Amino acid sequence: MPLPYYVSPEQMMQDKAEYAQKGISKGRSIIVLEYQDGILFFADNPSASLNKISEVYDRIAFAGAGKYSEFESLRKAGIRHADLKGYAYSREDVTAKSLANAYSQSLGTIFSQEIKPLEVEILVAEIHDSPDKNEIYRILYDGNISDEKGYTVIGGRSDAIKIYLKERYSPNMPLKDALKLSIEALESAVNMKMAQENMEVAVLDRNKNRRKFRRIKIDELTAIIGS
Amino acid sequence: MWNSSFYDFLTSQYPNMLSQSGLNHTGDNLANNLGHKESIKNVPFGTTVLAMKYRDGVIIAGDRMATEGYQVAARRVEKVYRCDDYSAIAISGAAGACIEMARLFQIELEHYEKLEGMHLTLDGKANKLSLMLRGNLPLAMQGLIVIPIFAGYDLSKNEGRIYKYDITGGRYEETEYYSTGSGGKDARSTLKKLYSADMPEDKAISLALEALYDAAEEDIGTGGPDMIRGIYPTLKMIRKTGIVDLDEETIETVYKRMIANRQKYHKKEKQ
Repeated sequence: MPLPYYVSPEQMMQDKAEYAQKGISKGRSIIVLEYQDGILFFADNPSASLNKISEVYDRIAFAGAGKYSEFESLRKAGIRHADLKGYAYSREDVTAKSLANAYSQSLGTIFSQEIKPLEVEILVAEIHDSPDKNEIYRILYDGNISDEKGYTVIGGRSDAIKIYLKERYSPNMPLKDALKLSIEALESAVNMKMAQENMEVAVLDRNKNRRKFRRIKIDELTAIIGS
Repeated sequence: MWNSSFYDFLTSQYPNMLSQSGLNHTGDNLANNLGHKESIKNVPFGTTVLAMKYRDGVIIAGDRMATEGYQVAARRVEKVYRCDDYSAIAISGAAGACIEMARLFQIELEHYEKLEGMHLTLDGKANKLSLMLRGNLPLAMQGLIVIPIFAGYDLSKNEGRIYKYDITGGRYEETEYYSTGSGGKDARSTLKKLYSADMPEDKAISLALEALYDAAEEDIGTGGPDMIRGIYPTLKMIRKTGIVDLDEETIETVYKRMIANRQKYHKKEKQ
């Protein structure tokens, strides 16, 4: 029987990280951006039914990039976490912070203990009545969590898109400008025109009652951009 | 796995959370603690609720009183709950268990919608409520009954629909109207005489509120309009465009007009 040979922890972590990054970099990107009335989610997604963006709770939404089956099960777990907490306590007690922490914990545990890390990057955002209190959390495949302001990008070409946005983003943009900027940013990264069928768009809209999440369907999208 | 059901998720993963509310397949803890029928009397009960179809959809309404035996337990209880954009539930029975079931059912529908990315069909919702009622059967046998009416707008059939239930989870669809609770029979009598299919909205609202008033007159457990405190029955309309609450001012106006008419009638009687 051959002896299992020794691999240093550093080497093992590095290999896992490389593996996960490789998987994620193959995927398409998602932009999250604060605008005048809330938070915009913009995904490059050729499928009309397999969503990358989702409602989680009254004020909280989720976006996942990377391997669909993996972030889909994280999305479902997140909705269960939120609904359970809201049922046991009150609707106001469900927060993006606790959800993001739960994600960070489980992604961290999977990264260090399982052979195969998850090839995902996820975003959790919560909208508040005053814009400066909005929360956007970005959680990486290894459980690394960061708190973002203004805009952020996950998925394949996130660095290039972030640089593009950095030069052009301004706070308090109307929805129309925010959408146009998102399209330009994604197009700049792939050097290609984006078809509207490939755009998955949703917002957390401060002006809505109770459930702030709303999908922007293709005809509304055309109307907003065209006007 | 728990499919896309929050209720199934709770029963399999967190059964304790359910036995406290009394909604459990096996959990008769609460019933055991309550002991015999004597103590059941000390639990608040909610009374009359009704639903009726009309031209644009369906109306669902209920009075506001909860009673403990012959005492008033609460005057401002809400018995009609919005479940989602196209359906509502009205409940009579042990108030605590009822309110809890309405809340859980509302979470159940929202949970499904979020996980699956689409609404359940109206039949699907009605059926899920059956299953939840069946889970409450052990408690119902001890006296903590929950009897809901479920009403909603069926977008595929383009009409309002009404479902009534028994304590075992039996589900029966009504084609015109239904009312349940201690004053349910009295409200049904009024509806029976005055109901017609395809009523316009204002007529339907007046009739629903009148039926609740008659129930309050005949049944000691049902609360009528409380002019002193300004507490009125609540009513929701469910139409193709979604669910709306009828505002309190309109309800108050309808009752004032109705009471004035009845006063006139009784004055004539005396002469």
